[in-house]
Amino acid sequence: MHFCKLELNQQVKDIDMRQLNYLIFFILIMGVSGAVVAKQSKSPSMQEIWKLLQVQQKEIKKLKRENRKLKKRLNIVADTIQHPTKMSTKPQRHSVAKKSFNQKSKATTTTTPSRESYTSIESPVRKHGSESIHTKSGRGATVNGYGEMHYNNLDSKKEMDFHRFVLMFSYRFNNRLRFSSELEVEHSISGDGKVGEVELEQGYIEYDFTGKHSLKAGLFLLPVGILNETHEPTTFYGVERNPIEKNIIPTTWWEGGLLFSGQLGNKGLSYDIGLHSGLKITSANSYVVRKGRQSVGEADATDLAYTARLRWTGTRGLAVSASMQYQENIGQSLDAGIGNANYYDMTLVWNRGRFGIRGLYAMWDLNGAGPQSIGADKQEGWYLETSYKLTSKFGVFSRYAVWDNAAGDATDSEKEQWNVGVNFWASENVVFKFDVQRQGGVINDDGFNLGVGYHF
Amino acid sequence: MNYFSRSMLMIVISLLGSTVVTARGVYQTPRDFVKETFSGKTPKVKFVWLDKQAKQQITKILGHSLNALRIRYWAANKKTAWILEEIGKEELITVGFVVTNGRIERIKILVFRESRGWEVRYPFFTDQFKQIELTHKIKLSRTIDSISGATLSVNAVSKMARLALFFYKLATDG
Repeated sequence: MHFCKLELNQQVKDIDMRQLNYLIFFILIMGVSGAVVAKQSKSPSMQEIWKLLQVQQKEIKKLKRENRKLKKRLNIVADTIQHPTKMSTKPQRHSVAKKSFNQKSKATTTTTPSRESYTSIESPVRKHGSESIHTKSGRGATVNGYGEMHYNNLDSKKEMDFHRFVLMFSYRFNNRLRFSSELEVEHSISGDGKVGEVELEQGYIEYDFTGKHSLKAGLFLLPVGILNETHEPTTFYGVERNPIEKNIIPTTWWEGGLLFSGQLGNKGLSYDIGLHSGLKITSANSYVVRKGRQSVGEADATDLAYTARLRWTGTRGLAVSASMQYQENIGQSLDAGIGNANYYDMTLVWNRGRFGIRGLYAMWDLNGAGPQSIGADKQEGWYLETSYKLTSKFGVFSRYAVWDNAAGDATDSEKEQWNVGVNFWASENVVFKFDVQRQGGVINDDGFNLGVGYHF
Repeated sequence: MNYFSRSMLMIVISLLGSTVVTARGVYQTPRDFVKETFSGKTPKVKFVWLDKQAKQQITKILGHSLNALRIRYWAANKKTAWILEEIGKEELITVGFVVTNGRIERIKILVFRESRGWEVRYPFFTDQFKQIELTHKIKLSRTIDSISGATLSVNAVSKMARLALFFYKLATDG
């Protein structure tokens, strides 16, 4: 019984001790919380807030100063990287060639801070397809090029041919005077007995006199037809050039001499007029125009030729032109059977949206008993091409061409050709081509052509 | 000198004496273009910095890389002006663009240096770009009609238009 009482007392003590512990713990928590609350509820004085604001204000000012300094340094770094030859913080002798293109050299420099340049792109040296170095004085050298390789699977031939490999070098002496050239390797190999040739197709000095007209002196492409001046493979449909600009217009046709070019009025009318070396067509080459090209290589210049063109591009998507040429004696006075010659052509190019139309008529009128005897006194042809761009990369076309290099007699010597095909532009500068060819008339030559071309 | 030669010489002299406009040259200085765009008050120059991703997109647009860290532009009242340059065939063509609300408001050929392709300066060509915008594929929202004999100049101007809209996008999205 006593034992039970003792045990009970012990239990009461234990309970009391636990309660006491809880009480102490509670008091401690309350005390700490009270102290914290008391501390938190103690608001800083106005003086303390003012001091705090002063410190923060100083910090903000310091950060702003640092930010300005950093921006300046960043601009200096950017200028130094992009314009390594000048310091961006000081005013520099800075070209305004871009601003005063036609001003005389005296006025081409002015003192301006580099950051006042009015061009968004700041880089002085561009990594273009065409590797160009435009120096600040308006001088500059440029390298361009184009090329095309063909596979022809035709009745007449089955061959693979790197048809053209062209490099073009240009140099700007000043804002008015420049040099342009085009060097071509045809059919990939040249030399004795080889099928190909190395040719200089352009090499002239061009001068903008009075800033309103230009004059070319040297070896230049004649302003005739559609393709003779612009024939980068990415700019036309079909693997091979159209037969008119091969058999009637001897494209690529270049001569040596002088050529004036300019614009008339402000409505899209332009002219070209030139005096230059001419063709040499004789009975030895059966009066075939294409074989009369002398390529300005020790060319017989007994009789020069005159070429003129009027071109109108005054409305959206449309370009029309008419060219003519006259040569006093197209045999260079070596062949008594041939006299003077006249050439005429008319072109039309119309692009609207995805549609395109190209048309060309060209003819030769060769005077003399020689050409007349084989009907070559009249040589003519025309073509019409329609095209449609399915997407920005795919385009389809069809072309019908008729030509006759002996249209002056009653004998049927006319040829006609259909081409239907597709161009695929892998990029703006690279094109893959395929077309099916059906040639009829005096000779059939059917098959297909594949090609790849580029320009840069 | 025969009759034909004399006639040709007379034609040349007549042409040289006629009223002509230049094919090459400065049609408007970039400075004047910016000034005109903002009614005589040229705003402070702003910059768009080009990161790696932007440079990759620029390479896609131009077909070559652009050696620049940042692009200058002028902006005021939601209107932005950009002066861009790109080679047509051999020479740089300088073009001014005004972009407002993601659409081209105005485009002007400022300096033309190429031998051919000067027709791109005519309003019948430049007006095609009015109100044009960028698609989600970073292409122009409309097809631009080409000009015979000026294909490379047309391509260059079209690429610059895409670039101006892309830069606008970078400037406003950033």
